[in-house]
Amino acid sequence: MNAVGRSVPRKDGIGKATGAARYADDLRFPGMLVGRTIRTTVPCGRLNGITLDFDRAGFTVVDCRDIPGKNVVSLIEDDQPCLVEREIRHVAEPVLLLAHESRDALLSARVTLEEEPKAPVFDPEQSPVAFKTILIEKGDLAAGFSTAEHVVEGSYRTGHQEHVYIEPQGVIAVPEANGVAVYGSIQCPFYAQRALAVVLGSAVSHVRVVQTETGGGFGGKEEYPSGLACHAALLALKSGRPVKLIYDRVEDMVATTKRHPAIVRHRTGLTRDGGLVAMDIEVILDGGAYTTLSPVVLSRGAIHAAGPYRCDHVRIAARAMFTNTPPNGAFRGFGAPQTQFAVEVHMERIAEALNLDPVRLRERNLLRPGDTTATGQRVGDDCSAREVLRTAVRRSGFRRKRKAYQGTGRGIGLSLYWHGSGFTGSGELKLASRATVELTATGVRALTSSTEIGQGTRTMHAQIVADALDIPYETVEIATPDTSVVPDSGPTVASRTCMVVGRILQRAAEEIRGKLGDLTPAEYYRQFGQLTVTKQYEQPDWIRWDEIHYRGDAYAAYAWGCDVAEVELDTDTWEIRPTRLTVVTDVGKAIHPALALGQIEGGTAQGVGYALLERVTMRDGVMANAQLTNYLIPTTLDTPRLDVVLLEHPYAGGPFGAKGLGELPIDGPAPAVVNAVRHLGLDVRAIPAVPEVIMEAACASR
Amino acid sequence: MRFTLNGAEVDVAVHPMARLLDVLRESCELTGTKEGCGEGECGACTVLVNGEAVCSCLIPVAQVEGGEVTTIEGLGAEHRLQRAFMDEVGAQCGICTPGMILTAVTLGGRPSLARIRQGLAGNLCRCTGYEAIYRAIHRAR
Repeated sequence: MNAVGRSVPRKDGIGKATGAARYADDLRFPGMLVGRTIRTTVPCGRLNGITLDFDRAGFTVVDCRDIPGKNVVSLIEDDQPCLVEREIRHVAEPVLLLAHESRDALLSARVTLEEEPKAPVFDPEQSPVAFKTILIEKGDLAAGFSTAEHVVEGSYRTGHQEHVYIEPQGVIAVPEANGVAVYGSIQCPFYAQRALAVVLGSAVSHVRVVQTETGGGFGGKEEYPSGLACHAALLALKSGRPVKLIYDRVEDMVATTKRHPAIVRHRTGLTRDGGLVAMDIEVILDGGAYTTLSPVVLSRGAIHAAGPYRCDHVRIAARAMFTNTPPNGAFRGFGAPQTQFAVEVHMERIAEALNLDPVRLRERNLLRPGDTTATGQRVGDDCSAREVLRTAVRRSGFRRKRKAYQGTGRGIGLSLYWHGSGFTGSGELKLASRATVELTATGVRALTSSTEIGQGTRTMHAQIVADALDIPYETVEIATPDTSVVPDSGPTVASRTCMVVGRILQRAAEEIRGKLGDLTPAEYYRQFGQLTVTKQYEQPDWIRWDEIHYRGDAYAAYAWGCDVAEVELDTDTWEIRPTRLTVVTDVGKAIHPALALGQIEGGTAQGVGYALLERVTMRDGVMANAQLTNYLIPTTLDTPRLDVVLLEHPYAGGPFGAKGLGELPIDGPAPAVVNAVRHLGLDVRAIPAVPEVIMEAACASR
Repeated sequence: MRFTLNGAEVDVAVHPMARLLDVLRESCELTGTKEGCGEGECGACTVLVNGEAVCSCLIPVAQVEGGEVTTIEGLGAEHRLQRAFMDEVGAQCGICTPGMILTAVTLGGRPSLARIRQGLAGNLCRCTGYEAIYRAIHRAR
């Protein structure tokens, strides 16, 4: 029986339902110490001295002088120190590391930092430093505007968003014979391995990174754990003992990355009947104090900034700016939620300005197969922007409710969105990901560096391999991501784990199948011994990408979505209560329908939080509400009922037609909710639309 | 400190003000109870004390002396809710799952959706959007 397309039991279901699954903080090693990080308290300045006000007996103390290799957290640019030497660029930068057997002793150790403050920069528009600028140009903008009968302008803002994986960041470093092993809650073990090798000045072969069960990631455990792994490793190597470094919630929220805040400005030329003739878009991301992943977040944000619409004359000018705040980084959606919030709220304002129906405006302009995007990419037959829109409108009763809700304190709004699967442009080619399938005594084992962070990697990969080999799902094992065991399949990010890595696994499994003849894997193994096949990513031959001019095929495939949000306004508290979201997506093929549904539902709930609840209050460059008491994520009572539809227009280059779907659902909810708020007569152009924002909009409209 | 843990008597030599969470995880070596926030907001550390769902990060162990504590390990592996969470993919990353299941135990046999939503409002899940958890609890009836 085929496994693909069925909701087979999760490989990790039993361990998670019984509490047997082992997360980083659940592991113990003999002689293990506990670690702690001492951090800066000013957003900008110089570190002039460190005083240890405690008895050092039993303590291991590490500062930047203990780093045997380079003092950087290696990523795109090597600008972020592992431990501060002199220059302070943000609050909560790591300066000093302590380890001790006793947590109580550790927490009572007093350290005084002599910090000389300087004037910080907090406003990205006032910042003198850009980490990256991108310009996308299509057609002739001036010519486009010269034909416009209307011009609509607008500025839109989105705030920080904190990941709030329920398991905080944590790793354990263990000294090994000729190096170190790091076990941890990590999305990308090979990122951490490379960073460790640079800091320790050792060969990558002497550094092993092993993923433990991971209690949520959402991008927050993409690049951040690399620095954390380095810290734990430095303590472990200096003390000669295993060191556990687990953040508590406050430290996690204050010190780790968040979604980039954004300012997006639109100036749009239109014909009288709503045809888009020119789109001029400016995107500004607040990158924080170090480069981290800002250039690539900006890239995805810019490419998605014109929305799933066709327009002959487009300019998208995007920049990611330095500020003296903790660096922002990867978060599900990776720049696209910010820019799609802007374009979808802008479309609603266009409909309002031209007195057009919001559905017809979108129908008029949406991408159809054969149309070209802002980068000039021709979208394929799997483009289903029109179908997701029509299905969502019909299923939600949008038109009827749009009339019925008028003047009732209820509102309904929609958003149309898309999300590119995999790395941008030639990114996948550069990654050159590999995946392996090998025989076992009872079936096969799949080896990749793709991590299970809740989304269902183990299960979905096993289904693909099972069907490619035509063997029972139960006989496929998934290897634990351990950099000394598995090949580098690239990071577990960018909606690529199914479409890209799954496809490589499928090809490896198909090659094994060809060699088995009529034998089962177990029979072959008994008669002939081991058989191992490793395959590498092959780029579809039609992809052309010009990295300099940002022209060409930005993504191998796009997934499509349309959200309809229904909300109620509480005029006593100014709260917006979302009551229902209808979410129609096209994901190519749902390898595991229940897992796919779970991704869409979970991403939608995060998007509702992003729209209405999740406000990071920055005060003097640091998150002032770094607790779950006052940074609110949706509970059962805040999350509306979710009605999700999965459409399946297959992408020929994905396994069994699958595209990426993990990030797609975070793009739609915020604009749909804010457009529903607009239906209430409230002009909101920024999120989170917390009660204060709603109240201000209500007062302004009177 | 003596109390009944998953049906068996235990006697642990710890400070009476030690957090129940730490006593369970460190002294009793039952790591199925998770710490998510340490301030009673996320519910990942939920255990049953005399049948009531509580956040073990907020309870000093002295408060359960002589009482009955049930952790996820105390449900074994065959509880109807555990099976239902597996069947309906009510667990994604799994870190909230032990607390979520223990809270669900207190909701009784056939809870309405409104009762489920009210009852689980103190257990945060960042993965599922809660729908799969509702499906699991309905299935476990």
